[in-house]
Amino acid sequence: MELDPLLLSRLQFAFVVSFHAIFPVFTIGLASYIALLHGLFYRTQNPVWDRLAMFWTKVFAVVFGMGVVSGIVMSFQFGTNWSNFSLASANFMGPMLSYEVVTAFFLEAAFLGVLLFGRGKVPQGVHLFAAVMVAIGTFISSFWILSANSWMQTPAGVELMDGSFRVTAWGEAIFNPSFGWRFTHMVMASFLTGGFVVAGVSAWYLLIKRDVEANRKALSMCLWLLLVLTPAQAVVGDFHGLNTLEHQPTKVAAMEGNWETRSHVPLLLFALPDQEAQTNRFELGIPSLASIILKHSPSGVVPGISEVPPEEQPPVAIVFWSFRIMVAIGFLMIGVAIAGLWLRRGGRVYEHRGFLQLLRLMSVTPFIAVLAGWIVTEVGRAPWLVYGMMSHAEGVTPSLTGGMALFTLVGYVAVYAVVFWAGVYYLTRVVRNGMLPPDEQAVVEGEVERAKRPFSAAHTTFEQDAGPTWRK
Amino acid sequence: MEMFDLSLIWALIIGFGVIMYVVMDGFDLGVGILYPFAPDEDARDVMMNSVAPVWDGNETWLVLGGAGLLGAFPLVYSVFLPALYIGVFLMLAGLIFRGIAFEFRFKSHRNRHWWNRAFCWGSAVAAFAQGVVVGSYIQGFAVEDFVYVGGAMDWLTPFTVLTGLGLMTGYALLGATWLILKSEGHVQDWAYRMVPGLLLGVLAVFAIISLWTPFVNPEVWARWFDRIELIWIFPTLAMACAVWLWRSTRQRQEGQPFVATLGLFIFTYLGLVASKWPVIVPPDHTIWDAASAPESQLFLLLGVLFVIPIVLTYTAWTYWVFRGKVKVGDGYH
Repeated sequence: MELDPLLLSRLQFAFVVSFHAIFPVFTIGLASYIALLHGLFYRTQNPVWDRLAMFWTKVFAVVFGMGVVSGIVMSFQFGTNWSNFSLASANFMGPMLSYEVVTAFFLEAAFLGVLLFGRGKVPQGVHLFAAVMVAIGTFISSFWILSANSWMQTPAGVELMDGSFRVTAWGEAIFNPSFGWRFTHMVMASFLTGGFVVAGVSAWYLLIKRDVEANRKALSMCLWLLLVLTPAQAVVGDFHGLNTLEHQPTKVAAMEGNWETRSHVPLLLFALPDQEAQTNRFELGIPSLASIILKHSPSGVVPGISEVPPEEQPPVAIVFWSFRIMVAIGFLMIGVAIAGLWLRRGGRVYEHRGFLQLLRLMSVTPFIAVLAGWIVTEVGRAPWLVYGMMSHAEGVTPSLTGGMALFTLVGYVAVYAVVFWAGVYYLTRVVRNGMLPPDEQAVVEGEVERAKRPFSAAHTTFEQDAGPTWRK
Repeated sequence: MEMFDLSLIWALIIGFGVIMYVVMDGFDLGVGILYPFAPDEDARDVMMNSVAPVWDGNETWLVLGGAGLLGAFPLVYSVFLPALYIGVFLMLAGLIFRGIAFEFRFKSHRNRHWWNRAFCWGSAVAAFAQGVVVGSYIQGFAVEDFVYVGGAMDWLTPFTVLTGLGLMTGYALLGATWLILKSEGHVQDWAYRMVPGLLLGVLAVFAIISLWTPFVNPEVWARWFDRIELIWIFPTLAMACAVWLWRSTRQRQEGQPFVATLGLFIFTYLGLVASKWPVIVPPDHTIWDAASAPESQLFLLLGVLFVIPIVLTYTAWTYWVFRGKVKVGDGYH
C-alpha cells in the first residue's frame, strides 16, 4: 500500500490539534468562572466562594499546563508538515500565531503567578484583578488563533503575489467575514464546557455528600448559566451557519447532505451519504425544513454539493455526521438545562440522584460537541487550506514522504497517550481530594512552594497510597 | 519602511532569543543528561529542585523563537523544519517527556524511577537533536526555488552526530557548573569532579569540528582563512573561557565556573554566526532572502518589543526569588 503523506499529514494535524483543543476550550471557560468566584468573594466575603475558587484554580493549573505542553508541538507543525503553506501565508499567519504566543507568555509572566500563588500574599483586590486579567488573556489568545483559522476559511485583506500572500489590509484580514460568528460560537462553547464540567463535578460531590453547601451554590450558579447559554448557543450556531452558507456554500451543503441545488430541501435526520454515486442512501428527513432554516422559506433554493466537481468536494459523510453529533448534543444540553430549572421547585435539583448522575455524565459531552464542530468546519472546507486560494495538496511539505509522516503520526499518538493518561489520572486525583477543609488551607499556605509554576499549584500526590494525611 | 532595516532588527532579536534559549535551557537539559551519573537519589532531588522553578520559563524562548521565525523569516521556518523533520519530532517528544517528569516525579513515590528515566532520556534526546540542528546548519540545506528538496535523513550524518554529541557534552558541562553554583556538600563535590572530563570532551569535539568543517563546507573555511580578520576574536575568547573554567574549578570557585561556561557558549555561538553571516539558510539564502514582507515584520515587531522586556523582567525576578543554594531535603515531598 502506498502511504500518502498528504493524508497522513492531515490526520496528524487533526490529531494534534484535537488533542490540544480540549485543554484551552476548558481553561477559557474555567478562567472566567474563577474570576467570577473571586468577584463574588470580594463582594460578599463569604468564604464558600473563596474555597470554590481555590479548588477550581488547582484544576485550572493542571489543565493549563497540559495545554501549554501540547501547544508547543502546534507551533512547529505548520513548518514540518505544511511548509509550502507556511511560506506562502507567513505574512499573515506568522504575526497571528506569534501574537498568540506573545499573549500567552505575557499572561503567564504577569498574572498567572499572582493568581496561582498570590492568595494571602497580595491584597484581595489585586488577586481579583489577576484573576480577571487571566480570563481576559485567554480571550485574547483565542482571538488570534480564531482569526487565523477564520482567515483560512474566508480569506480577506490579502493579495496573492508570486505564490505568497501579501497583506493589503490588516483590519480586513484579521476581522475577516467568518471571524465574528466563529469567535462568538467558540467562546460560548468554552463557557458551556466550563459550565458542564463544574456542574458535573459539583453533582458528583453532592452525590457523595461532600462539601454540600459549597457545591449546591456552585451547581445552582452553573444551572442558571447553562439555562441562558444553551439556547443562546443554538441561536449563535444558526447565525454562524448562515454566514457559512454565504461564504462556503459547499460546506453547508455537506452538513445538510444536500447533493443537488433545489428548493424544498428536507432537514435530514438520518442518511448515508454516498460520495461515489453523489447521492444519499436511506434518507429520513423533515420535508422543506432545511430550506426554511437556511432561506426562511420552504421554496428557498439551497445550493447543493454538486455545484462543485467531485474533486473539490469535502468528504460528505464525515461532515454530515459530525454536524449531527454536535447538534444532538446541543439539544441534549438544552434539555438538561430546562430539566434543572424544573427540578429547582422544592430544591429537588440538589438531591435527585438520577439528575445528578446525568450531570456527571454530561460533563464529557461539551468536549465531544466541540471536537465534532471543529471536524465539521475543518473537514467541510476540504480540499481547501486557504478557501478557494490554496489546496491541501499545494500546502503540504514537498519533501515529506509517507514513511516520515507515518513515523511522526504514530510517535505523537504514543507520546500524547502517555501525557494524556498521566494528566487525566492526576486530574481525577485532584478532584477526588476535593476542596480543602478550612483549617487545612492555613497549612498549605505555610508550605514552601517548590516552584511558581502551574502544576505546583495543585497539591496532590500522584499515587493512591500517598494521599494527603487529612483524608481519613 | 526604508528607515530601518527590519530584517536586521529581527535577526538580532532571533539571534538573541536563540542564545538565551541555548544557555538557559542548556543548563537544565544538562542537569537531565547528568541524571544517571548522580551519586544518589538525594542528589537527584537537589538537581531537579535546582532547575524546577526556571525550566519552563527557559523553554519560553524556544516557542517564541519558533513562532517568531514563521513571522519574520518564514524561509528558515519552511526549510529547517521539513529538513529536520524526524529530528524535530524527537526533540519535541524529549521536551514533553522531561516536562511532565518535572511535574510528576515529586508527586510520585512508587513510580519515581520511571520519571527519572523520562527526565534523563527526554533531556538527552532533546539536546542531541538540537546539536544536530547546529550541524545541519553548518552543512547547509538542499534548497531549490525556496523549497527544501533533500531527503528525510539528510540531517543524520557523521558530522551532525558529532555536533549532536558535542552539544550534549556542552549542555552537561553547563549543568555541572550550574550545580556547583546551586548545591553544596557531596552533590557539589560530585559536580566539581564532573567538570574536567566534560570540558575535555567539549574541547575535543570543538577541535574535530574545526578541522572537519572545511570538508563539509568550503565557504566557511574561506571566510576564516582567506583573510585573517577580527572574527578570530571569538574563538580566542572562547579558549580563554575554557582556561578560566579549568582554573576556577581547580580553585573550587563556586560562581566562576558557570560564568566561564556561559562565556564559552556565547563566544562559540558568535563565532558560528560570524562564519555564516548574513546567510541564514545555508548555503545561499541571506536574512533578506528569508524575510517576510516588511509590513508583517513591523506589525509583529511592535508586540515583541512590548513583551520581551516583560518576559526578561519576569525571568530575572524568578531567578532572584530562587537564588541561593538548594539543600538536600528542601522543597517539596
